[in-house]
Amino acid sequence: MSIANFHPNDLLAILPELALVVLAGVIMTMDIVLAENRKRLLGLTTAVGSFVIIAAAVIFSQPNGELIWGGMISNDMVAFIFRLVFIFAGGITALLSVDVKGVAHKGDYYAIILGAVVGMCFMALAADIIMLYLAVETTGIAGYVLAGYVHRSSRSAEAGLKYFLFGAATSAVMLYGLSLVYGFTGETNLTAIASVLASGKVGISVILASAILILVGVGFKIAIVPFHFWAPDVYEGAPTPVTGFISTAAKTAGFAVLIRVFITGLTASEYWLPILVALAALTMTIGNLLALAQKNIKRLLAYSSIAHAGYALVAFVALSELGVAATVFYLMVYVITNLAAFGVVILVSRSGAGEEIAGYAGMSRRSPYLALAMLVAFLSLAGMPPLAGFFGKFYVFAAAMKAGLVWLALVGVLNAIIGLYYYLVVLKVVYVSPPQEGALAIEVPRAYSFALVILSVGIVLLGTAASPWFEWALSAAQGIF
Amino acid sequence: MEAVSAAQIIFIVVALLTVATTFLVVTVRNLIHAALWLVATLFGIAVIFVLLDAGFMATVQIVLYIGAIAILIVFAVMLTRRVMQDVGPQSNENWWLGTIVAAVFFAAISTLLWSIRWPALPGAVVGDTVLALGRSLVDPNQYVIPFEVASVMLIIALIGSITLALPGKQSE
Repeated sequence: MSIANFHPNDLLAILPELALVVLAGVIMTMDIVLAENRKRLLGLTTAVGSFVIIAAAVIFSQPNGELIWGGMISNDMVAFIFRLVFIFAGGITALLSVDVKGVAHKGDYYAIILGAVVGMCFMALAADIIMLYLAVETTGIAGYVLAGYVHRSSRSAEAGLKYFLFGAATSAVMLYGLSLVYGFTGETNLTAIASVLASGKVGISVILASAILILVGVGFKIAIVPFHFWAPDVYEGAPTPVTGFISTAAKTAGFAVLIRVFITGLTASEYWLPILVALAALTMTIGNLLALAQKNIKRLLAYSSIAHAGYALVAFVALSELGVAATVFYLMVYVITNLAAFGVVILVSRSGAGEEIAGYAGMSRRSPYLALAMLVAFLSLAGMPPLAGFFGKFYVFAAAMKAGLVWLALVGVLNAIIGLYYYLVVLKVVYVSPPQEGALAIEVPRAYSFALVILSVGIVLLGTAASPWFEWALSAAQGIF
Repeated sequence: MEAVSAAQIIFIVVALLTVATTFLVVTVRNLIHAALWLVATLFGIAVIFVLLDAGFMATVQIVLYIGAIAILIVFAVMLTRRVMQDVGPQSNENWWLGTIVAAVFFAAISTLLWSIRWPALPGAVVGDTVLALGRSLVDPNQYVIPFEVASVMLIIALIGSITLALPGKQSE
């Protein structure tokens, strides 16, 4: 109980999070100081600040693989990659918000996004269930507010309320699970929990029960079947930049928790693994089948994001270095690709074309570059080479095959074909269907073209030069086994 | 079977009362009554904290949850609602499904809790518990990071609730 063995270097390890909190304070202050017609700077500052923080993190906060701050957080490579992904997603979301009515000129909106990113970073860092739960709740509360942010729109209010009710119920169930874990091990640190489990003194039923209860909470976050019911309504009702943010960053944060709890903590995998394998197969299949019938682009992307959680889970259940690396790589790809897709959706709905897929008719003639960005994003989601999504799926299925889950990989490949179909249907509307009478080019503000160029280049880069990124993910995975 | 101690009897009585009042919180139609039952629930939880030798937590529970939050709810209800009586149905056609799920969940959890031999956990802190708690919250080798994250969470909740509660400008 002294600060004698406190290392100042530990502060550098959480530099990104400290900087994010400071940035949120700066944004709130700017909100008061700035004149009404210059409020656009709020979103731009959030975005630029996030990218500066990424650069600073790469320079100053390289992980050393140690448990720091009293064992609360694990300063390892997995957490580092996830944190960079979250901060990137937060920055891009801010950039994609600067001209969206209802959220664009609100300092508190950007501050809450930054707060959510802080929560996600600690979800990835957490090495202790107390830390973990607080981080999950921080992310959750920020998410509920963001989803219901435009609360004068009844759909956004419904989205916020639905997200909140589902989130509160599932995190209460997860808390049951976590308290069971503490009850039978007497430890809150995940590594210590694992060593108690390794001693074999804990009964099967308790491990299985706590695994299932925790899975309810995590399953909600990553929107896997059967905890996916909230996703389409919330994704449809929330402001579109928020939808992009929740469907990418929040989902990835859930996977970070999954890796922490189930690989570092509840190591007795033979009990809970069959459940996760079954859920992976169900999630892919149900997500893709339901996506087939969607007419609204946000609902389509909601169901497709459920399916993508299934693919990432396929790699996870391989429970190997390759599997975790494939999960991490898949999520990196998914975040970049889905943000690009939502970027296009934001621009199209801003232009007054609405959110129905029919409104995208003839977009290639109205705005060829925007249509190209959509083509890249959707083909990557579908898993077409040479885009990033192909290698994401390739590594996922390779990991499953190597772990002996050949049937699961086959289910995945079949699902990828279903996915390809509905992504191509949308692209057909964009490229083949004639545009509506008098449809003009879609206005693309510079911030958006900048964001879409970054994302599209990212998609191509992660596809054509996948191996250094995958090596990075692999080195991270090696750190936790 | 060991003899039941006085503390166990108190626990059982208080726990049953707490569950019963919680049930009333969500079933009574008068909002003020619901808020008052919530006070009873929170008081029951405070008693459980006392039984766990967590005197400080019990005090916090009473001062903060009953003294501030529950009273605030009562005021908020009285100041904003002219109709204290909630109208409309309290459940929808899926109520039986919810009941079944809840019953199964309850049965599963309680069977599980009965069946385990719980390990003895480290005993309560000896000495000044408030001092130990306060120190652990600011000790870099204990809970300073969760403590700070909790403050970030509370600020988000504060900003968020103000945002959601403020009436919007006409321009939007």
